[in-house]
Amino acid sequence: MAANLYTLQGKNKKKTWLLMSLFLVFVIVIGYFVSYYFQSPVILYFFIAFSIIANIFSYWFSDKMVLKIAHAKEANKDEYYDLYTTVENLSITAGLPTPKIYVINDVSPNAFATGRDENHSAVAFTTGLLNLLDKSELEGVVAHELAHIGNRDILLQTVVVVLVGMIAMIADFFLRVTIYGGGRNNDNKGGGPLMILALVFVILSPIVASILKLAISRKREFLADATGAMLTRYPEGLASALVKIEGSAHEMRHVNHATAHMYISDPYSNLKNKDGKKKKPGFMTRIFRTHPPTSDRVKELLG
Amino acid sequence: MTLGLIILSIIAVLVILTVVYYNKFISLRTQAGEAWSDIDVQLKRRYDLIPNLINTVQGYADHESKTLERVTELRTAAMNAGTPQESAKAENMLSGALKSLFAVSENYPDLKANENFAELQRELTDTENKIQASRRFYNTTVRDLNISIEAFPSNVVANMFKFTKREFFDLDDNPEERENIKVDFKGEDK
Repeated sequence: MAANLYTLQGKNKKKTWLLMSLFLVFVIVIGYFVSYYFQSPVILYFFIAFSIIANIFSYWFSDKMVLKIAHAKEANKDEYYDLYTTVENLSITAGLPTPKIYVINDVSPNAFATGRDENHSAVAFTTGLLNLLDKSELEGVVAHELAHIGNRDILLQTVVVVLVGMIAMIADFFLRVTIYGGGRNNDNKGGGPLMILALVFVILSPIVASILKLAISRKREFLADATGAMLTRYPEGLASALVKIEGSAHEMRHVNHATAHMYISDPYSNLKNKDGKKKKPGFMTRIFRTHPPTSDRVKELLG
Repeated sequence: MTLGLIILSIIAVLVILTVVYYNKFISLRTQAGEAWSDIDVQLKRRYDLIPNLINTVQGYADHESKTLERVTELRTAAMNAGTPQESAKAENMLSGALKSLFAVSENYPDLKANENFAELQRELTDTENKIQASRRFYNTTVRDLNISIEAFPSNVVANMFKFTKREFFDLDDNPEERENIKVDFKGEDK
């Protein structure tokens, strides 16, 4: 079992490095084209600096950013005594240092873990989750999140948020420049290269999305479920929690496609339950669907 | 010439394997040691809390002195226990005595209303849970260590360098037992 966990940790580290290097190369290549187009090497230097800084930033600060996006606040021990002790105790069982504990004020039940390693990790839970679940169910969810920390999923998941977010930002920027700013340069023949660049981005976006999917594959959710169940020795707890979360009709307030993959249960799946009607998930939602169906996870847990 | 080469490479492989397994044993042994000190921290916390508890209860319920004495006795016994097995046995008895103390305290409304007592009860329940948690982690690491010591080929290295098996903390570690404990905690927590 232990060997399994360690090989997995190694894989995740490799994937993180791969992702960061890909990002580096990607941004620098774009910088090269742009600087070639404008005939000024300064732009290339700027892009190189930007990509390096972005990487460093995503390594050191992405967890804080993710918590900020989710509007998470640090929980104090007196107010959230049960949550606090549950996290402490399961951390002891897992042999991990206790992560920082955050609470998100949101009726929709959900949770996620973030951080760059086990010594700098955080777990966040919505108030809706705390109200909805009983003790053994909460234990199941906490164990699942701790499993993500122990398996080293968190750094990769978190870095993905920032880097992919930045690529999306650049893509957006170029699209705007080509569409709205193209008219200004009347004397040359091309919005051409810029147009191509923008097109490349448009094509690339789904590819980035699938990289994202690859990086946080569904297998990893199954694995965190399994590891979590090993910690509590009570898989029924997590199974019943997942069913309850799935059944809840509330939509999360502060969530976007960049952070969706971090949550224990897909925040977008709840769109289906709105108004009791089954809403068909949109194109983007389908691309970014990051979680295996709850019924499969439950089956696996109770198997 | 070729024979020499073959023998040399076999020796090289053996040496590498020995080093790998040796290092594995070192890290397993360190892990188990750390896990044991985790348990120790929680046990000490409980020893520290018990005198406070006894002082608080004494003020309200002097004619429960027998229960109190028993808790004190068992605390001393637990503190003096040597091996993990003895220690686990003593701790189990201490847990039982504390449980009956809390049960008895139900008869004293003044005591139950005491804030200090409520706080101590909460702390002790939490410590009990943490003892269980660290016990599980310890037993997991001990299991890994013991398996490596018995399994081939790592057992050869273990014998060579005299790595020894560790005792589990708690013998009666069957699923039914765990289920019962779980239910108990649920009732006490609320």
